[in-house]
Amino acid sequence: MNQQHLTIAQATLLEPTGLSAEHLNQLMQKLTNVNGSDFADLYFQYSKNESWSLDEGQVKTGSFNIDQGVGLRSIVGEKTAFAYSEDLNLSAILTAADVVSAIGRQGQDVQAKNIWRPQGIKPLYSELDPIASLDDASKVAILEQADRAARDSDPRVKEVMASLSGVYEVVLIVTSDGRQVPDVRPLVRLSVSVIVEQNGKRERGSSGGGGRFGFDYFDSSMIEHYSNEAVRQALVNLEAVDSPAGTMEVVLGNGWPGILLHEAVGHGLEGDFNRKGTSAFSGRIGEKVASELCTIVDDGTIADRRGSLSVDDEGNQTQNTVLIEKGILKGYMQDEHNARLMGMNVTGNGRRESFAHLPMPRMTNTYMHAGEHDPEEIIKSVKKGLYAVNFGGGQVDITSGKFVFSSSEAYLIEDGKITAPVKGATLIGNGPEAMQTISMVGNDMSLDPGVGVCGKDGQSVPVGVGQPTLKMDALTVGGVQL
Amino acid sequence: MSELNLAKAAEFAIDYAKKKGIDQSEVSLHLGTGISIAARQQELETVEKHNDAQFVISLYKDHKTGSASSADMSEQGIRNTVDAAISIATYTGADPCFGLADADRMATQKKDLELYHAWNADEAEMLGIAMRCEQAALESSDLITNSEGASVNSYSGSDVYANSHGFLSQSRASQHSISCSVIGSNGDGMQRDYWYHSSRNAATLDSPEEIGLVAAKRTVARLGSRQIPSCQATVMYDSATAKSLISHLIGAIKGGAIYKKASFMLDKVGQEVVPGFMTIAENPHKLGGFNSAWHDGEGVVTPDYRAIVDGGRLQSYILGSYTARKLGLESTANAGGVRNLSVSNTGQTTEQLLSDMGTGLLVTELIGSGINMVTGDYSRGAAGFWVENGEIQYPVEEITVAGNLIDMYRNIVAIGDDYDNRSSTECGSIVIENMTIAGS
Repeated sequence: MNQQHLTIAQATLLEPTGLSAEHLNQLMQKLTNVNGSDFADLYFQYSKNESWSLDEGQVKTGSFNIDQGVGLRSIVGEKTAFAYSEDLNLSAILTAADVVSAIGRQGQDVQAKNIWRPQGIKPLYSELDPIASLDDASKVAILEQADRAARDSDPRVKEVMASLSGVYEVVLIVTSDGRQVPDVRPLVRLSVSVIVEQNGKRERGSSGGGGRFGFDYFDSSMIEHYSNEAVRQALVNLEAVDSPAGTMEVVLGNGWPGILLHEAVGHGLEGDFNRKGTSAFSGRIGEKVASELCTIVDDGTIADRRGSLSVDDEGNQTQNTVLIEKGILKGYMQDEHNARLMGMNVTGNGRRESFAHLPMPRMTNTYMHAGEHDPEEIIKSVKKGLYAVNFGGGQVDITSGKFVFSSSEAYLIEDGKITAPVKGATLIGNGPEAMQTISMVGNDMSLDPGVGVCGKDGQSVPVGVGQPTLKMDALTVGGVQL
Repeated sequence: MSELNLAKAAEFAIDYAKKKGIDQSEVSLHLGTGISIAARQQELETVEKHNDAQFVISLYKDHKTGSASSADMSEQGIRNTVDAAISIATYTGADPCFGLADADRMATQKKDLELYHAWNADEAEMLGIAMRCEQAALESSDLITNSEGASVNSYSGSDVYANSHGFLSQSRASQHSISCSVIGSNGDGMQRDYWYHSSRNAATLDSPEEIGLVAAKRTVARLGSRQIPSCQATVMYDSATAKSLISHLIGAIKGGAIYKKASFMLDKVGQEVVPGFMTIAENPHKLGGFNSAWHDGEGVVTPDYRAIVDGGRLQSYILGSYTARKLGLESTANAGGVRNLSVSNTGQTTEQLLSDMGTGLLVTELIGSGINMVTGDYSRGAAGFWVENGEIQYPVEEITVAGNLIDMYRNIVAIGDDYDNRSSTECGSIVIENMTIAGS
């Protein structure tokens, strides 16, 4: 691991309260001094978060937050004990460790292991602090430019709401198998949404992007792109007619519509649900769960991406994990706990919202590999159907496999041509069945612009999705027009 | 930091801001501790201890605002956080509407709303409750084949809100809950459902066995679910899902959405937005309520009762001091949201509603968030039961229910007396005519 990261992590998390290697050892002894202890870890985290928001043409509010603390976890078989402390003084952490070690009867002393630091993990993003990397006046200027660009692009723009946020996070993960792994994680995001009005009718549109880098990513052309995109979407929706209702052919655009994969496939392939046998995909490795055109991966290793991590929150290097290859289910996304219990390898998918939350298997960047079709050819093949290119949120019931995702920009396809825009509608399907109906996959794979947030068990983490344009032969469209 | 010191920390922060030349400031401080115990397959699965601290300051200088927060409530920590907020307020734009709520609206009469009830159960007892809950579910039917487990949660916290008008309030609150989620299978697929109960006072929680049984019953009822053909039909939202319709209405009349013109409920005050038989009121002083408070998030005195919708007519928007000033109105003491809604009913039981409906869809679960708050367009994934002759026929899934909220509210024909008491909105089942169901 990067020596510089370790220096930053120690200076940020350990040195202010004088925590030494010996203290860490003492804490780990407490956590593992339990009969049958399988694994324990300490997750030190410092995070700094700043956000600014604009409406009515001016940046009205800004907020700044600093959090730090340590999460302590001990695992015995299927049992997990967890506590955390916002106080990084040894005495406070020892108290939390006592709570955790009370999970089992006291056992024999576990041999202290040599500390080793995984070598050769290449950081996927810079260690800069995005919040400090740009002065506040310039941050305000980014939002003001977004506002102007949107208003200048069309007189029907009545309101612009924009927000800019930056996160700087330093973590140090200390594990019972002797690893000490640091990471320094920047994350920025710019969101623009607009309200347009024409003849008394109002509509909205939104856009944005970001990733693990500094605010300099948002240069003039990028800001204008987001603003124009939000306005374009809102104006399209002003003309939208009622969406059709019923099961039909659906073509999904490339990029962000990959939320399909996140909901229809991704959650159902997280290790915890499959260990417990509660997923519609449980016990189906080696089976055909999608059409042979589908190769789907979860890839935490793409440089600078919002969903990427150099190491996951358990100190394991992230991977490019093949979930489905040519339609065949190949593997699950695993964290330490579930991989151990299932006798599988960790895949670097152990993630947590913060030190105050337990890690669990989570996605990073989930996407489908490109196919062979020209996107235009795909549209041409549809007699009557829906072409959906932008989406809001989605959700899945992993047990029944039912997933939904809601379009925010969609069009009718009639006789192979894109015709009228239609109002947003929720699309619903059954994961393993819907994926079998994918009959064409485009050659235009792209990743989303970097705004995704995934929620699971009350914990939010940043994620990415992507896909090429693709056609599903039968998906239920939740419009109002029968 | 102890509870006693929370008030001192609040005063220290406001004093420090004053010394730094800040005209107005307000602070919120929270300390909380809790425990969550989960059991699965009749074994302990996780024990989680919570121990939270949060200090938030918002300040106003020359009609500019900034806010900052941190868990660090040491004097130095507070100074750093206040400094960060001041730095933010240097760069934000001025808006004459910013500032504390008016001093003459501050609450003066502290009320004990019975929000804090200690629960002295230890971990072993809580584990026992979780196991009994799950056991009841597992043993209730051979069709229950797996479990996501049962959990028991208990959380207590102390809160202080203070502002530079000299207002300071300190309160304690607790919340306890039991939940259970189980899986059923019948050969052609698995279904999952859950149930929970939650209360400020653990003594009033439903029994763990009852919660487990309801979770199992709901799961078994969903086995054999199928898609139905797309159609126009009457839809009955059960009391657990009906609350979401009320929350969309509240969201659309919040001052922030109104002044930005980002709502489908613009210019509707005084107009009939739901049928005349409907009244939606808030009850901020409800004893033991999930959202009770004698002052709002800015110290403004809350009323004992306020009708937001009366006889179908919208009475006012939901306003804090900023949004009220933006709209040239008075704050409705809703900084921080609405407090304990109650929705009137038309007197029928669940069974009577089904019988009156005759044919239609009973919705028991909604997924996804396909709602456009600017236009009111509504389309959500749903699961539930198909009803004919007033009787449940079979479970339904993989469908959507869609319409426009403006029409949906007008098309409400009945509201049951079958209140769901598990949240801050008390509302029975709601029956809406003429919705579009998309299916096969």
